Amino acid sequence: MLTLRAEFHVHTVLSPCAELEMLPPLIVMEALERGIHLIAITDHNATGNIRAVQKAAAGTGLTVLPGMELQTREEVHVLCLFDQPEQAEKWQEVVSSCLPKMENRPGFFGDQLLVDEIGEFVARESRLLLTSTSLSIDEVCQQVEGLGGMVIPAHVNRPANGLISMLGFVPPEIPFSALEISRHLKPSAAVALHPQLAGYPLIQGGDAHRLEDLRGVNQLLVEAPTLAEIKLAFKKSGGRSARILSTSTL
Amino acid sequence: MNLAEIIDVLKLTVLTEKKDFSAIQPSGGYAADLLSCVMTGAPHNGIWLTLQAHGNIVAVAALLELSAVIITENAMPDQATINKANMEDVTLLSTAETTFTMAGKLWELGLRAV
Repeated sequence: MLTLRAEFHVHTVLSPCAELEMLPPLIVMEALERGIHLIAITDHNATGNIRAVQKAAAGTGLTVLPGMELQTREEVHVLCLFDQPEQAEKWQEVVSSCLPKMENRPGFFGDQLLVDEIGEFVARESRLLLTSTSLSIDEVCQQVEGLGGMVIPAHVNRPANGLISMLGFVPPEIPFSALEISRHLKPSAAVALHPQLAGYPLIQGGDAHRLEDLRGVNQLLVEAPTLAEIKLAFKKSGGRSARILSTSTL
Repeated sequence: MNLAEIIDVLKLTVLTEKKDFSAIQPSGGYAADLLSCVMTGAPHNGIWLTLQAHGNIVAVAALLELSAVIITENAMPDQATINKANMEDVTLLSTAETTFTMAGKLWELGLRAV
């Protein structure tokens, strides 16, 4: 078994709201310095910088899972995680066809930058990413699972774009593997606020828009850094486990 | 103003099973798309205007025993949601109009916030 520290919610400069320091080599260096073993790259409705971060991490031992923070038509933010960049890119095709054809306004939302593994500018994404797709949360879960991925609703406790605020409660029909709570809230406090959360495995996301937000407080006991293993860890199957570390122990 | 008259005057599409809508007297109106707000803000037996078509709207409507949910701008719930609404005796109505327009028309018909 491996004991891994994981940060499942990391933005790059492709997300208009991320700081310009969120470049592949800096993200990798910061994660390694903090003793994090696994990160997922989750830009808003976009996957274009995943391969650059994976290249930047090549040979370092850091696992970089391809992902996306998708906004459903109910305005709920969900993390879509995959094992392979090809899966994420297939998902991107679906998502791109479900985004409104609107131009980004960098002055208002921020720039959306595609970069390479050393952080050099490649292109500007001109399409508005920070908006809702036309996909329902149910459709997202079915389709991402169909591609072999995993959906984790992001910052479920947050008033803006959190699942509980938008939809009142966690839809019991959807078998979520886990739910993410915000970094500002202790797991016990989150459950006290929303007792329904007690029925789900919880992760805590840094929702990293700056390097200092990379926290990696999720400790996984798994046989390999793969989604299948992580799903088993959420189920506490075969001696595997997932728990949220208290920041004072890091 | 009963629900049958509202459906007729506002030309609403009934998505769930027909019933005697003339026997239903909405207590008032409410409009929001954050279901957490609706759960605490919408009046018992009221009419709720929303763009949300997710299945959770049925549970919220059943909880508050709403007279009806009017889903605006042609947002369409899936069949599972409509089935659940029928099971819970929740009336789902649909319109192409915006929430703003619907609220204005309901106000003109005499419906008020409670």
